[in-house]
Amino acid sequence: MVSRDQKRWKVIAHIVMIIMSALALLPFILLIIASFTDEAVALKDGYSYFPAKFSLTAYQYLLQNASVFVRGYGMTIFITVVGTLVSVVLTALTAYVLSKRNLPGVKIMNFIVLFTMLFNGGLVATYITYVGTFHVKNTVFGLLLPSLLMNAFTVMLTRNYFEHSIPEEIYESARIDGASELRIFIKLVLPLSGPILATVGLMSGIAYWNDWQNAMYYISDQKLKTIQAILNDINNGIAALTKIAGTSGATAADLPTQTMRMAVAVIGILPILILYPFFQKYFAKGLMAGSVKG
Amino acid sequence: MEKAKKKKKFNLKHWLPFYIMFIPGFVYLIMNNYLPLYGLQIAFKKFSFKNGITGSTSVGLKNFEALFKTGDAFIMIRNTLLYNILWIIIGIIFGVTVAILFNEITNKLAAKFYQTAILLPYLMSMVVVAYLVFAYLSTDTGLFNHLLHGSDTSSYTAFYSEKKYWPFILTFVQQWKTIGFGMLLYLSTLVGIDKSYYEAAMLDGATKWQQIRFITLPLLKPTIIMLAILNIGQIFRSDFGLFYQIPMNQGALYDVTQTIDTYVYRALLVKPNYGLSSAASFLQSIVGFIFIVSANAIVRKMDKNSSIF
Repeated sequence: MVSRDQKRWKVIAHIVMIIMSALALLPFILLIIASFTDEAVALKDGYSYFPAKFSLTAYQYLLQNASVFVRGYGMTIFITVVGTLVSVVLTALTAYVLSKRNLPGVKIMNFIVLFTMLFNGGLVATYITYVGTFHVKNTVFGLLLPSLLMNAFTVMLTRNYFEHSIPEEIYESARIDGASELRIFIKLVLPLSGPILATVGLMSGIAYWNDWQNAMYYISDQKLKTIQAILNDINNGIAALTKIAGTSGATAADLPTQTMRMAVAVIGILPILILYPFFQKYFAKGLMAGSVKG
Repeated sequence: MEKAKKKKKFNLKHWLPFYIMFIPGFVYLIMNNYLPLYGLQIAFKKFSFKNGITGSTSVGLKNFEALFKTGDAFIMIRNTLLYNILWIIIGIIFGVTVAILFNEITNKLAAKFYQTAILLPYLMSMVVVAYLVFAYLSTDTGLFNHLLHGSDTSSYTAFYSEKKYWPFILTFVQQWKTIGFGMLLYLSTLVGIDKSYYEAAMLDGATKWQQIRFITLPLLKPTIIMLAILNIGQIFRSDFGLFYQIPMNQGALYDVTQTIDTYVYRALLVKPNYGLSSAASFLQSIVGFIFIVSANAIVRKMDKNSSIF
């Protein structure tokens, strides 16, 4: 009796999960199919899972303007790599210092970091500081610095890891050997901190890859636009697309704009879609680590 | 010997490397978080970049008076609060339900597939999500209009200019994007529940529903309450990307899509008015601070480990 009840629950669970998985995946499938749809068909029948005619025209037009997207990719990869590296180093250093509970003044230092989680200057004050004081407008720093480089939350997560997962004896023995603190940090602590550093790096990498807000606030120079920034521009007006394509001599009326916009989006998410199954486990772990325990 | 000395006297040589290691992070926090606090005062000034923060003339509360005279203040605060409250409730119901069902699945491969799929939207940027939504809702080329009305263009719904649909659309998109994360939040508590509770219940002949009702839910309760309070702490903030990107920045929809964050952005960079934007931004910072500190104080009373400070 009980086992039949259990079986029924299992079936319900599978059905709900299948529906939810389908809901999660179907929009991406539509996006990809839409990008391969013939423009005339898309205009007549709309975007569809079963278009009457497939076509590569949208991608051909994008290829003709490849330089814009190659550049966009270059920018995205550059800020993702640099931003993630600096972010991991900054986070690890700060967290390591805060994990030294005997350090005189560590309570104040902890508070300095924690307070940023509670009080936020808001967009206007942040914008005016970055633009007025640091002049990051239309520089690569406008993409790298604001809000993404280090946040208190990951610092605290990393600090907890240093405190609980690295045995105190390691520090003691290294100190007896006369190793300097920086040396202990680099040679002993970092190699033992692979999991947490990977988590911090992955989360930071995703944040940089996905960022369009910094680009929208601080970047107007086309040369500095990331893939997400280009996607954002097209979203704000299809004119951005015709402007990009216009450089290759095609007239606005010829452009298959409805399918092209989808093709740009596909190009934007393709790398992350391909890589996702491989880092999914760590992504989930990172999210779980950041969640509150009951 | 050295240890004893360390306890008695401040040993600069020993600690100095740590202070130096703290400097890079400290500098960044000053730059990114503390200097903007100084900039908050422009809410009480007639700011211009030419005069700078200190050089701009003080206007008292004029910016706030102007803000509340516009009527925008009411709309954006109302939207921010109502959407947040609605989504906290829906998020709990869906998150808990999905987590419990997911926990029932014992097939490792199936579980992995489901989790990978359901978490995918959470990985995407809001810009990309806006493209996905557009594929369904676009008036001329959207899937929905063609599915519902075929080629009868006269009966097409202009989703991007009809307000009445947007509370539902935004709610759906928000849940669609975050349900995977919500599931993980509750799952981390669920996997920690001692299996022997269920075994004992089954020996007594308890049905699955009874097990959920009398074992799972009571044990989830602290997590649910904790997350709800922490979310209430964020109630004065909204997901800028969601409210800006998904409605494609359409002015006709502002009544139901404008939140404090989108207003601040528009008043800062689209139609620059430093007075209005800084007043709204200031209000958000202060009220947000009060909410977060209170929420944390409550959480701290319940469970010290879960609070931020």
